[in-house]
Amino acid sequence: MDATNLNILSTLVFLPLFGAAVVALWPANDRSAWHVALYFSVGEFLLNLKVLLGFTPEYGGFQLLERTEWIRTLGVSYVLGIDGITLWLTLLTTALTPIVVLAAWGSIQKQIRAYLVSMLILEGAMIGSFLALDLILFFVFWEMMLIPMALLIGVWGGPRRIYSAVKFFLYTAFGSALMLVSILALAYLNYEKTGYLTFNYLVLREFSVEPGIALVLFIGFALAFAIKVPVVPFHTWLPDAHTEAPTGGSVILAGVLLKFGVYGFFRFCLPLFPDVALRAAPCLAGLGVVGIVYGALISMVQTDIKKLVAYSSVSHLGFCMLGLFSFTLEGMAGSVYVMLAHGVSTGALFLLVGFLYDRRHTREISDFGGITQVMPFYATAFVFTALASIGLPGLCGFVGEFLSLAGTFLSQSLPGARWLTAAAASGVILSAVYLLWMVQRVFFGEIRNDRNRHLADLTTRERCAILPLMALMVWMGVYPEPILSHLRPTLESLKVFVTIKSVQIDAEYGHPEPPRQVPEPQPGNSPEITSERAVAYEF
Amino acid sequence: MVVLRFLILAPLAAALLNLFFGRWWGKKTTAALACGSVFLSFCGALRNAYAIQIHSLPAQRVIVDEIFTWIAVGRTVIRMDLVQDNLTCVMCLIITGVGFLIHLYSVGYMAHDGGFRRYFIYLNLFVFFMLLLVLADNLLVLFIGWEGVGLCSYLLIGFWHADMKNASAGKKAFVVNRIGDFGFLLGMLVILLTAGTLSVTELKSAVALQPIASGTATLICLLLFLGAAGKSAQIPLYTWLPDAMAGPTPVSALIHAATMVTAGVYMIARLHFLYALSPLASGVVAAVGAATAIFAAVIGLAQNDIKKVLAYSTVSQLGYMFLAVGVGAYTWGIFHLTTHAFFKALLFLGAGSVIHGLSGEQNLQKMGGLRKHLPVTFVTMLAGTLAIAGVPPLAGFFSKDEILVAARLAEPAVWSGRVLSGIGLAAAFLTAFYMGRLLCLAFFGSSRVEKEKAAHLHESPWTMTVPLMILAILSAIAGFGHHHFSEWLAPLFGHAAPTPADIHDRVMWASVAVALAGLGLSALFYIRSPGIPARIAAGLGGLYRLVADKFYVDELYDRMAVKAVYWTGVLSHAFDKHVIDRLVNWTGGSLRAGGFVISFLQTGNVGHYAIWFLAGVSALLVLFTGGAP
Repeated sequence: MDATNLNILSTLVFLPLFGAAVVALWPANDRSAWHVALYFSVGEFLLNLKVLLGFTPEYGGFQLLERTEWIRTLGVSYVLGIDGITLWLTLLTTALTPIVVLAAWGSIQKQIRAYLVSMLILEGAMIGSFLALDLILFFVFWEMMLIPMALLIGVWGGPRRIYSAVKFFLYTAFGSALMLVSILALAYLNYEKTGYLTFNYLVLREFSVEPGIALVLFIGFALAFAIKVPVVPFHTWLPDAHTEAPTGGSVILAGVLLKFGVYGFFRFCLPLFPDVALRAAPCLAGLGVVGIVYGALISMVQTDIKKLVAYSSVSHLGFCMLGLFSFTLEGMAGSVYVMLAHGVSTGALFLLVGFLYDRRHTREISDFGGITQVMPFYATAFVFTALASIGLPGLCGFVGEFLSLAGTFLSQSLPGARWLTAAAASGVILSAVYLLWMVQRVFFGEIRNDRNRHLADLTTRERCAILPLMALMVWMGVYPEPILSHLRPTLESLKVFVTIKSVQIDAEYGHPEPPRQVPEPQPGNSPEITSERAVAYEF
Repeated sequence: MVVLRFLILAPLAAALLNLFFGRWWGKKTTAALACGSVFLSFCGALRNAYAIQIHSLPAQRVIVDEIFTWIAVGRTVIRMDLVQDNLTCVMCLIITGVGFLIHLYSVGYMAHDGGFRRYFIYLNLFVFFMLLLVLADNLLVLFIGWEGVGLCSYLLIGFWHADMKNASAGKKAFVVNRIGDFGFLLGMLVILLTAGTLSVTELKSAVALQPIASGTATLICLLLFLGAAGKSAQIPLYTWLPDAMAGPTPVSALIHAATMVTAGVYMIARLHFLYALSPLASGVVAAVGAATAIFAAVIGLAQNDIKKVLAYSTVSQLGYMFLAVGVGAYTWGIFHLTTHAFFKALLFLGAGSVIHGLSGEQNLQKMGGLRKHLPVTFVTMLAGTLAIAGVPPLAGFFSKDEILVAARLAEPAVWSGRVLSGIGLAAAFLTAFYMGRLLCLAFFGSSRVEKEKAAHLHESPWTMTVPLMILAILSAIAGFGHHHFSEWLAPLFGHAAPTPADIHDRVMWASVAVALAGLGLSALFYIRSPGIPARIAAGLGGLYRLVADKFYVDELYDRMAVKAVYWTGVLSHAFDKHVIDRLVNWTGGSLRAGGFVISFLQTGNVGHYAIWFLAGVSALLVLFTGGAP
C-alpha cells in the first residue's frame, strides 16, 4: 500500500458524515446548503474512483485494509476492507448519491437542509456497512442506515408516510435484532472454542460452527437479509415504503439499500455457514424464482407507476438470489451484476417517475396518456430506461440476467436447476409485458387529460441527473469487462473458500446423507470422499 | 477487404450523428447521412463478397474481425467477433442493398412527416442491428442484434404513437417476440451446457468432432425454432406481423418483409449442422412452415386492406422458407429469402406508392383503375405480382420451384414429402390468386376512389419510383442466377444432389399451372365478372366470415393467454394485499394487543404486585423442587 492510499477507506466512510455536519451547521441558506451537499457527494464519488485506482483487480481477497482497536474488552475492533463486490457496490452508492442530491432541489419542498443531512448520513452509513469487516461495526452502520431512511420516508413522504415509515423501520429492525443475536452467539461460540473474544469478520470466517447450531445462526442472519432483499414473502414493506418515500429516498432504497440483503448473503451467510447455505440453496433459489414471477405478475396489474416499479424490484432481486445460490461463478457474477444494473436502471426509473410526480402530483397511470407529445425528451429517457430494465441486450439489465440464468442452468449443486431456469426465464416475457404496457398507457395515444397538455419537458438540472445514468446503462451493457474483471478474482476466491470450508465441516462433523451430486457415494467419511466432493463442487 | 466492424458501424454512426446533431441541420443532411451510410455499408459488403470470391481455398473464404471480449466469467466466454462467410455475404448484400433502396424511397415517402429525423435514426439503427445479427459469430451477440431489430420494429410500428392502435401493435410485436426469445434463450443455455460455447464456429467444429446426442439436439433445435417462429411470424406466433402493418409502409417493406422477419430462417440456416442432427426437429420446422404457408394464404384471400394482404402473404412466403430449411434445402431457403426480399419489398413499396398517391387510402375496395394514373407503380407491381405468383421466368418461379422439388424428394420425420409439396402447391395457387386479386382490385376495373382523394391522385417522385424500378428488374431477373447461387453457398451447404428429371419436370409444370390458374381465376373474378366473389362469399356465409376474421386466432389468444395472465396477476395482487401483508400487519397488531393486555397488570397497587410476586415464587419453587414438599 502506498502512502497516498493511507486510510482512504476511513475517509470514504467519514467524508459524507463530515459533510452532513457541515451542511447542518455552516451554510447560510438552503441553496448554498444544497451546493455544499452536492460538492461533498461529488467529492465522495471522486474519492471512490481513487479507491478504484488503488484496487488490485487480480487479487481476490480484502484490500486496503485498516485495522485498529475499538472496544478492547469486548473484542470489538474497527476493521475496514474492500473486495471486488463491495468495490462496485460502493461505487454504485457514491454515484447515485450526487444524482439524488442534484434532483432534490425543486423537488423537496420543505426543510431541504435536513433532507440533505439525512441523505449524507445515509450515504456514510451505507459505505460503512459495505466496508466494515467487524461484525459489531457492521451492525452499527447497518442500524445507522435505518434511521435516516425512516426519516426520509416519514418526513418527506407521501400521504401514508408514517404508516410506511413505521412498517419499514419495524420490519427491518425485527430482522436486525435476530441478526444481532446470531452475531453475539457466533462470537461467543468462537470464544468458547478458542478463548479469544473477537468480532473480527476475518477471524470468525475461519471458525466453523457445528451444523445444528449453524442452522439457527444462519436463520438469524438469513432472515435479516431476506427481509432486506426482499425475498417473497417478506417483501410487503417494500411497495409501501417506495410509494410513500420521496423520489430521492426511493432511488437510494431501490438502488442501494435492497442490495444489502444480497450483499449480506454474499458476505456473511455463505462464508460463515457454507454447509447450511449450500443446503438451503434450493430453497432460497426457489424463493428467488417465485419472486421473479410473482413480482412481475403483481407489477403488471398495478395502477400506480411507482408501485409498479417497486414490485419490479422484487422481480429483479429474484435474479440476484437465484444467481447467488446457483453457486457457480457465472451465477454469482450475474447476481452482483444484476444488483449494479438494477441500481442504475431502477434508480433511474424512480427518478423519472419523481420528475413526473413533481409536475402533476399524481402517479396514477390512468391520469396520463400521450405524454410523449409534450415531453419528448422525458419520454425518450423513460422508454430507454424501461428497455434497460426489461433486459434488452446491449443495455445493462441483460448481462446480469443472462449470467444469472446461465449460472443456474450450469449449476450442479442445485437440484432441478433446469426447471428453475426455465421458470425464471419466463420473467423475460413478463417484464416486457408490464413495463411496455405501462409505457404505452402513459406515453402513447392522444392526450386525454387537459392538465397534461402544458407539461414542461425536463429542465437542464433534471437532464444532468438522468443522462449520466443513461450513459451508464449503455456502458454496462456493451462493455461489462472492466466490472467483471474486478469481480472475478473475488468470486473465485469466495467460491474456493466456501467449497473448502463446507468440505471441512462435513468431514469434521459428519454428514447425515451422502451428497446428491457424487455419482457413487462411498460409506463413511474417508478423506477420499472429501476430495471427491471437492471435485463435485467443481472448484 | 473492409474490416467488418466498419461495415456495421457506418449506419450506427449515422444514427448517432442524426440523434445528437440532427436538430442543427436540415432534412437534406439527415437523409444524405442516413442513405449514404447504408450505401457505404453496401459497397463494403460487396467488396468483401469479392474478396471471398477470389479466394480459392475454402478455408480462407471467411473474413473474421475480433473486436473485444464481451462477457467472460467462469466457463462462459462470449466474444464480440464478427464473421463474414458466403451466407452472411448474401444477407449483408440484401440488408444493405434493399435497405439502401428503401432508405431512398423513404426520403420521398416521409418528406412531409414531422418525425423525419426520428424515422431515419430508427431505420439506421435497424440496419446496424440487422448487420450485427447476421455477422455475429457468437449466438449471444446474434441475440443482441435479434433483440435490437425487435426494438427498432417496436419503435417503428408505433412510429405514429399518437394513435393508440399503433402503439398497441408495437407492444404486441415486442411481447410476442419475447415469447419466442424465451425459447431462444433456453436453447442457447442448453447449447452452452452441452458444448460449452456459443460461438457458431467453435460449435461447428465441436459438433464435427463429437456429435451432440440426438435428444439434446432435438431439444436445442426446437427451442431455437420457437425463437425463429416468433421473429419470423410462424404458427403459433405469427399474429403480430399483420398488426405490424401499422408502421410506415417502407418500414413494412424493409423490416416486416425483406430483412428482419427472415432472421429466423437465417438462424436455422446458420445452425444447419445442428438441425442436421435432429430429423425430428427439422421435420417439425418443415411441417410448421408448410402449415403456415397455406394457413396465411387462406387468410390473405379475404383481406381488403392492401397492406394486410401483403402481410399475410409475407407470413405465407416465410412458411415456404421454413419448409425449405426444414427439408434440408438450405440453399433454396436462402434463395427464396433473397428473391422474396426483392419482390416483397417491391410489392410493399408499390403499395406504399399507391397509398401515398391516394392520400392514405389502404382499402382495396376503394381503389380500382389506378394503372392509368400510376403507370410506373403499376408496371413494377405487375412484375412483383408475377414474380411472387411463380410465373416463369421471373424470380419467384425458380425459388419456389426448387423448394417444392426439394420437399417432394425429402423424407421428413413428421409429414411425408408428397404432403409437404402438395401443401406447397396449394399455397402457390392461393398466392397467385390473392396477388392477382390485389392487382386487379387496385389497378384494373373502374375507379372506386373517393372524390377528394381522386383529385390529389399523383405518381410518386423519383426517389420513390427509382427504387421500384430497380427492385422490379431484380425481381424479374434474379431467378436466372439460381445455379450461381447454389454454387456460391456450396461451401456451406454442400452441392445440391441432382434431382430426377421426371419429378423435377412434373413439379415444375404443376407449379406453372397453378400459378397461371390462380392469376387467371383472379382476372375472371375481379375483372371479367366482378359479381362472382360477392356471390361466393354469400354462399359460403359463416365460412367466409371465419376466414375474413382471421379464424379468430387473436381473440382466442386473448381469451386463453392474455386474459389468463392478467387475471393471475390480479389474483396474485389480491393474495399479496389480503393474505401476506395482512399476516405481517396482524403480527404487528397482535404484539401491540398483547402489550395492551399485559399493561393491565401494571395497576400501581402494591398489594397486587405482592400477590403476583408470591404466585411467581411459588411457581418457581414447584418447578425446581418438582412438587415435593
